[in-house]
Amino acid sequence: MRRQLPFILVFAFGLFMIFQYFVPHESSERAYEFLLDWTTIIGIFALAVGIWSLVSVTIEKIKLRKPAWQYSFFTLAGLFLMILFGFTAKVDGHWGFHFYTSEGLQNPMFRSFFDYILTPIQATMFSMLAFFIASAAYRAFRARNVLATLLLIAALIMMMRFNPFLGPVGPLFEKTANWLLNVPSLAANRAIIIGIGLGMVATALKVILGIERGYMGK
Amino acid sequence: MKRILLTTTFLLLLMGVASAQADSAAPSPPAPPTGVKAVDKPNDHGHAVNISWDMSPDDGKGANSVVTYDVFRWIPAYMDSVAQIRAGLSGIRDTINILDRANRKWSVLEEHLTGDSAKLANDSVVAAQRIPQLRADLKRFRQVLASAVERLPEAHKTYPENGSWRRVGTVPAGQGKYSNVGSKEYEEPDYLPDFSDFYYRVDAVGVVSTTRSSSEVSAPVHSSGQWFNTGRTTVLVFVLAFGFLTVLFVRKARAGHDLYVRPLAGIDAVDDAIGRATEMGRPILYLLGAGTAADIATIASFTILARVSKKVAEYQTTLIVPCYDPIVMSIAQDIVKTGYSDAGRPDAYKEDMVFFITQSQFAYVAAVNGIMIRDLPATNLYMGKFYAESLIFAETGALAGSIQIAGTDEVAQLPFFVVACDYTLIGEELFAASAYLGREPLLLGTLKAQDYAKAAVLLLAIVGLLAVNVGHEANVEWLMKFKELFKVID
Repeated sequence: MRRQLPFILVFAFGLFMIFQYFVPHESSERAYEFLLDWTTIIGIFALAVGIWSLVSVTIEKIKLRKPAWQYSFFTLAGLFLMILFGFTAKVDGHWGFHFYTSEGLQNPMFRSFFDYILTPIQATMFSMLAFFIASAAYRAFRARNVLATLLLIAALIMMMRFNPFLGPVGPLFEKTANWLLNVPSLAANRAIIIGIGLGMVATALKVILGIERGYMGK
Repeated sequence: MKRILLTTTFLLLLMGVASAQADSAAPSPPAPPTGVKAVDKPNDHGHAVNISWDMSPDDGKGANSVVTYDVFRWIPAYMDSVAQIRAGLSGIRDTINILDRANRKWSVLEEHLTGDSAKLANDSVVAAQRIPQLRADLKRFRQVLASAVERLPEAHKTYPENGSWRRVGTVPAGQGKYSNVGSKEYEEPDYLPDFSDFYYRVDAVGVVSTTRSSSEVSAPVHSSGQWFNTGRTTVLVFVLAFGFLTVLFVRKARAGHDLYVRPLAGIDAVDDAIGRATEMGRPILYLLGAGTAADIATIASFTILARVSKKVAEYQTTLIVPCYDPIVMSIAQDIVKTGYSDAGRPDAYKEDMVFFITQSQFAYVAAVNGIMIRDLPATNLYMGKFYAESLIFAETGALAGSIQIAGTDEVAQLPFFVVACDYTLIGEELFAASAYLGREPLLLGTLKAQDYAKAAVLLLAIVGLLAVNVGHEANVEWLMKFKELFKVID
């Protein structure tokens, strides 16, 4: 029974989710909202498990002096400092530990760490994407065979069309670029999306019917 | 005397002319709309009514004087009593919040305060003592409101006594329909009770809002929720047909029929990639993406991870699974643990193989890139939902010299993976991967069903293309409407 219970739950809730998609009635909607609330609740508990995992793996790394173990101190410091800043607040001139304040987060250090450390670092990571796109494009557009050459030509047309430095490139380029976007590219996109849709339904059915049990490690 | 009489007559005449001129200058109201119909909004949870009407003859033609249409609903006076209870409820809720905040603020400091501040702190503590009573009042008001709301259908039956017309919406000229959608929560001010007689009328309004003419009153209508969304019938038919195909092929597979499925290079490469990592003595990095456990792509990735972890345990290679979502991490830990047990090597499983990093997208990217650069994994597997981080991962992995196999259902990220990875599972191939890896007849059966469904979609697309074009050329309406069959209404 212990082994069967998860599958019974998956079957029951999976079937309900299919059912509620076709039933717009208020009672079906309320049951759906109730279940969604549970997803949030489980997510919050899982976050605690996640933080525990991060802390234990990081401490283990320091203990065993794994490569670049020194950086683990920054991970732990960042985690605990942000928690500390989140719970300390100055209320009417006095600093103290507050689980909740009506005015929200009061510690300026929390905001400062977020604005001046986390946000720039994230922006830096994101901006690396531009260089990676350039290197990936270089690799993709090398004319090694007929298909790669076609890709290169299509890419050149698109770049000419949308490059802001060149200005208007003439109606032929514009028409060709629009055709490339609206006909072959869109057709391929739609074909992939139809395949994905079918794959999703098939996977969902496999999971609900208990045919696919890999997600439980079976 | 004569002069006075003449002057008076002249003035009277002048006033008469002025009055006549003023009368002719006053805009006349536009002709009223006709045929007002109110029906329950279909395929919804209730609490909504659709109103339609034939536009005024002066709308866009005739005197062309209609600017807007005002939609009115007859509302019983009892509704005002309900609104008062609702306002009382809202007031108590606000008072509790204010007192609670003030008390939190001052009670912390009470002992250290003097003068006016001390008095304020004391007041807040005294006021806070009222909170339990207010909470009891809130509960009582809720009960009163609930029972008052139950009587609303009865109150609507008193039409046309004890009530008044109130505007519920306005639409510009040229439109002949309006949806009166209310809230389903009776504590909300715009709550629209189900199963109550609603009467509607529509006013055609001219340039001056007072120049208006009213339509006839519509027949009474009830709003109610439906038990089936007819707009989604096509989807239901498709799901049933697909379910039937799946069951059919699963039964065939069980009966021992040999089901051919075309080979996928990306899947075949998984085993080789694990072997390569073993030979090189380097780890395998498996990423489940930035999706949640509710995403189908992540579920598909779980099933692939199950096969991969078993293989990895058999080959005695190291597996690293950094996770973006804590729920995904918990499930992945269980999967990998089971994989190691199934391979007969439960002792080789370590807790730190599957770990959580962060739910911040680029912080996760930074951490994973660090792992790639430090540990130089021989193989990187990216299976699941990926967003902007896809190319950063794939390019860093390529720079680290790893064999890379990716699979995602995010169409926008596919080109990046195709360019930077050695093998890519495109869309549906990700969902098919677990069946390919396991070669279990039951799973292959669902793949066959998927292939047949794709063939059916292709056939329908061709038939639809022909029907719409031929229908357009030959002006055959039912052919042109072929595409309507596949319309899904939310």
